[in-house]
Amino acid sequence: MNNVIETNQLTKRFGSFTAVNSISFSVGRGEIFGFLGANGAGKTTAMRMLCGLSVPTSGTARVAGFNVYNEQEKIKKSIGYMSQKFSLYADLRVWENIRLFGGIYGIHGKRLTEKTDELLDILDLRGERNTMVASLPLGWKQKLAFSVAIIHEPAIVFLDEPTGGVDPATRRQFWELIYQASARGITAFVTTHYMDEAEYCNRVSVMVDGKIEALDAPLALRQKYGAANMNEVFHGLARKAQRSDE
Amino acid sequence: MVICRNINKTYGEVVALRDINLHVRKGELFGLIGPDGAGKTSLFRILVTLILPDSGQARVNGLDVTTSLKEIRRSVGYMPGRFSLYQDLSVEENLKFFATVFNTSVEANYELIRDIYVQIEPFRKRRAGKLSGGMKQKLALCCALIHSPEILFLDEPTTGVDPVSRVEFWDMLDRLRQRGITIMVSTPYMDEASRCNRIALMRDGRALSVDTPENIRASFSRPLYALRSAGMYALLNDLRGYEGAHSCYAFGDAHHLTLGSEADGAEAELRSWLDRKGYADAQLSRIEPCIEDCFMELARQ
Repeated sequence: MNNVIETNQLTKRFGSFTAVNSISFSVGRGEIFGFLGANGAGKTTAMRMLCGLSVPTSGTARVAGFNVYNEQEKIKKSIGYMSQKFSLYADLRVWENIRLFGGIYGIHGKRLTEKTDELLDILDLRGERNTMVASLPLGWKQKLAFSVAIIHEPAIVFLDEPTGGVDPATRRQFWELIYQASARGITAFVTTHYMDEAEYCNRVSVMVDGKIEALDAPLALRQKYGAANMNEVFHGLARKAQRSDE
Repeated sequence: MVICRNINKTYGEVVALRDINLHVRKGELFGLIGPDGAGKTSLFRILVTLILPDSGQARVNGLDVTTSLKEIRRSVGYMPGRFSLYQDLSVEENLKFFATVFNTSVEANYELIRDIYVQIEPFRKRRAGKLSGGMKQKLALCCALIHSPEILFLDEPTTGVDPVSRVEFWDMLDRLRQRGITIMVSTPYMDEASRCNRIALMRDGRALSVDTPENIRASFSRPLYALRSAGMYALLNDLRGYEGAHSCYAFGDAHHLTLGSEADGAEAELRSWLDRKGYADAQLSRIEPCIEDCFMELARQ
């Protein structure tokens, strides 16, 4: 089996505060993995370590086969990242954004030109090539941002609350893009505050106070906790939290 | 307390609000529910007299929003979507500042904010900019309440907040409503509709429907089914090709399918189609719509 993420007792402390407390888990190739937790549970800190942006205090982790301690630049080349807060430059045109991010992710020249055309075709955005991203509807922006985040066919794409504020129908189209990427072998690592979206994931983990309190397929978690849906599972676990988002 | 008649607002080419008609009764918790770009913020800004509508009439507490700016501002509390407190003032300095602006004192209205303020009081010396998201939100609510307004306008107070904290925030609103404060609140989370007395479903500047959540759900006219099977994504694509289907959306662990007709035998027909397509394992059950079903159906029309 080829796991694209493997962590063992991964820990991050800030002074006396243990933000991430010895988490061990693995995520498979092409898996859609939901990474849930209340604000302040340690999700962002954990994700920053996995993205090669923050060095752990202790424990081990490999992302796309690379060590999070000393192969961070290799990790950055093997992943894509998208969040609702930051994804595209609003004052650049559609093609300029694709070129900028394509370049950052290491795609150049003829291959970038081909990729740009292919991406615009798939998204049905050919007519919007020269449009400023600021004037695109939010749903289009989000789909473009996702496609740009996987333009280099990364092993993993990190999606940090990707669908906040998006129209319900568009939110579903967005998930179909995730399914398609997953079918091509790209792993999706997703945080979300929409609990129905957790149900779309192959497996989900729930972090409470820096630890992973639960990790399994949504159906298995619902059965284990006798819950009707992931919302109940989440509330049951997250209510036990001792620390607030301070 | 709030009346909107044919409100229109455009920004250049962009139409933000189209013919908005709604009213909010005294003591009501009223929700504006819709995604980004629906016009929720523009409507709030008109009602709290920060911008003028292009046409139409709006009254808050019986006062016209285009002529009675001062009076309206004294009687409403407004919590904008973006954190708007002074980042370099401490928690207690912010609160004192807002009380002073409204010519009152923290002590005079402390009773109203006590429940909420005690949760952030341990951090009263901390600068507002250094607070976590949940704490900022509580401080902003205290500052919007400190002059004891008759109506509160809260623009997306729960956006980006985790599900547990969202429930706590709505519980706070419930307690404020019980004290007689009229509350108008916006949210992109459809599941929060049930916490409101009445709601307006908004999209692209229009109010698709204004009613109680129960009535909106009751007015959903098509037969709705939840379907589950082993290959969910393949099932979704196949269902879209089903002749009798009106719409089909992924909904967490199930797909929600509406049929084009309520005709006898439509369900049996669907079952046999599923069998033919190789979904013998598919579970099919007739369900009641949730607000999100209603929103997507109204958005199609």
